[in-house]
Amino acid sequence: MSDLRQIAFYGKGGIGKSTTSQNTLAALAEMGQKILIVGCDPKADSTRLILHAKAQDTVLSLAADAGSVEDLELEDVLKVGYRDIRCVESGGPEPGVGCAGRGVITAINFLEENGAYDGVDYVSYDVLGDVVCGGFAMPIRENKAQEIYIVMSGEMMAMYAANNISKGILKYANAGGVRLGGLICNERKTDKEYELADALAKKLGTSLIHFVPRDNVVQHAELRRMTVLEYDPESKQAGEYRALAQKVHANKGNGVIPTPISMDELEDLLLEFGIMSKEDESIVGKSKSAA
Amino acid sequence: MSAVLDDKTRNQALIQEVLDAYPEKAAKKRAKHLNVYEEGKPDCGVKSNIKSLPGVMTIRGCAYAGSKGVVWGPIKDMVHISHGPVGCGQYSWGTRRNYASGTVGVDNFTVLQVTSDFQEKDIVFGGDKKLEKLIDEIGTIFPLARGISIQSECPIGLIGDDIEAVAKKKGKEVGKTIVPVRCEGFRGVSQSLGHHIANDMVRDWVLDKADNKGFESTPYDVTIIGDYNIGGDAWSSRILLEEMGLRVIAQWSGDGTLAEMEKTPKAKLNLLHCYRSMNYISRHMEEKYGIPWVEYNFFGPSKIAASLREIASHFDDKIKENTEKVIAKYQAMVDGIIAKYKPRLDGKKVMLYVGGLRPRHVVGAYEDLGMEVVGAGYEFAHGDDYQRTTHYVKDGTLIYDDVTGFEFEKFAEKIRPDLVGSGVKEKYIFQKMGIPFRQMHSWDYSGPYHGYDGFAIFARDMDMAINSPVWNMTKAPWKK
Repeated sequence: MSDLRQIAFYGKGGIGKSTTSQNTLAALAEMGQKILIVGCDPKADSTRLILHAKAQDTVLSLAADAGSVEDLELEDVLKVGYRDIRCVESGGPEPGVGCAGRGVITAINFLEENGAYDGVDYVSYDVLGDVVCGGFAMPIRENKAQEIYIVMSGEMMAMYAANNISKGILKYANAGGVRLGGLICNERKTDKEYELADALAKKLGTSLIHFVPRDNVVQHAELRRMTVLEYDPESKQAGEYRALAQKVHANKGNGVIPTPISMDELEDLLLEFGIMSKEDESIVGKSKSAA
Repeated sequence: MSAVLDDKTRNQALIQEVLDAYPEKAAKKRAKHLNVYEEGKPDCGVKSNIKSLPGVMTIRGCAYAGSKGVVWGPIKDMVHISHGPVGCGQYSWGTRRNYASGTVGVDNFTVLQVTSDFQEKDIVFGGDKKLEKLIDEIGTIFPLARGISIQSECPIGLIGDDIEAVAKKKGKEVGKTIVPVRCEGFRGVSQSLGHHIANDMVRDWVLDKADNKGFESTPYDVTIIGDYNIGGDAWSSRILLEEMGLRVIAQWSGDGTLAEMEKTPKAKLNLLHCYRSMNYISRHMEEKYGIPWVEYNFFGPSKIAASLREIASHFDDKIKENTEKVIAKYQAMVDGIIAKYKPRLDGKKVMLYVGGLRPRHVVGAYEDLGMEVVGAGYEFAHGDDYQRTTHYVKDGTLIYDDVTGFEFEKFAEKIRPDLVGSGVKEKYIFQKMGIPFRQMHSWDYSGPYHGYDGFAIFARDMDMAINSPVWNMTKAPWKK
């Protein structure tokens, strides 16, 4: 168990967490690493590129059908996909009912108790948008993920989310061993994106471990429910994910306790890079016609 | 007069002594809940209805206990669902002695423990579907049940289940009253908020929807509100009202039915016994239907007679004359009880710590027996209860709100009363201290205590507790 690397991908909803994580993990598998992906999102779309499936049966839906989670066997929930990557989705309720956070806790406990982590080199948690409650913080609690990778972009709200997630990590970092592994910037082609992402990483006390350029091949692969690594292994983008995988692999033990910043500091950062200008203060809250 | 002064000085010193044992912050907070009553003051000088301190042994319950256990649970022709995990319903099952006549499973469901028994998957996926299924099953197993109440346990509020939507949908489907009650235990500081929520749900889901066409009124229609028929209390009360010539059209909620609750807006006068738990609905009926309400007290002959006359004052001379006849009729019985027990109980001192109304309401009954209440406190009272308490307690009485286990023991140790009246958790502690004890929530498996019939039992029980020969056999181990 001591050699097991547990990592997690967090970030603002829609930022490309699942795509980035699956491509990176595919590249790690290419390097010979044995991987387990634990999807912690009720949408259950964290493993579709690996399994070529729309959505896999989730721990919680199977448990609901069987009666309780105690009635399940590991084989029922574990699917094997590209390069023998093992995939599990925690699943959860439909939007607007029940408690998805509790679902994550239930699913992870089940996986641990039933030896899902035996014989793998990496466990990767893919967690939904924001750490909205205790359940979604489960992967960053004691003895779970050691390093968190935050997927972000140069957009204000993505940076805001990255900062918020750092606060969550900070909360658990002192009690357990969780650390911030670094930021992964998924290019959105916003102004001075690399510089901004790099500056935020420094403010948070970590580094921008990779800047993933935007490339349509990702879309093409996605439409076929494949990772770029599998769809077009010779592409430039596949090389980017391989580079990211190498960096993650080499990053073992290099995680930090993050130093999240205030909202004001975050806005100052945007000012500094000219994304926002001082005069902007006067336009706050004014409609187009009013201005 | 000097005796009272001595008591006051001693009680003040006692309060200081218990406060000294607390950390500074706790002492500051608890100080507001302890006082020595000064005659002439408008209240007892204590703060109340405030969150208990962490770390102390409080005797309070929760909102679920207030709604399911107290207000709704006794409605006998409805099935009450403890909605959530099994424990809340299971471990409170049968702990309240609200008697109900009828045949179990036919027109009386009070002895059942019906729960949705939440499992992990119900938390994760929500429990509304399970609740619907449960309502269907209740319909199959107990087709004669007139309605269903859904008593929410904590998780229901946490996961945001829409029990109101389920209640509406299934209510239409099965054509019965289904009442969703949001009495999650984490709401409020004690069971008191549960009473309030339960009252509000009666208002919204029963009274507002009641169809009383065809109800034939009489000028003498009254209701009993806030009598839970502990050990048969409501029955021994109802007799007296009927002997006065009044017609009791509803009992809330001891031995009560859904139909009685629905008819309550037809009453001429609502008679309120437990003010704390049902003043809300009484006020509502006054505002909406113009029904006056009067508080009464059926503990002990002095208060019973005063209450009967007060109730009669709202009616015509016929009722007033009847009332005098009723009081006269029972006088011989009362004299007999007092002649028998007063010599055995005269001068005995009592400390009380109970719930909604008893810390003040039973004072008169003790005094009728020559006894004296020297300390009183409530679990979940509000300011208006402590105002009302001033009409009962005497100068220098020790007052303790939301008393802690430590304070209560310390007080009793120093005051050495002849009797402590409180709940089952307290009983054996005081008995082991060598102090006679009666449970004043459950009447210690006895009762009724209301009405003239109840007074006879009350007097006997207090004598039995205090004058039991067992106390002569207790000997401190260090005294050879």
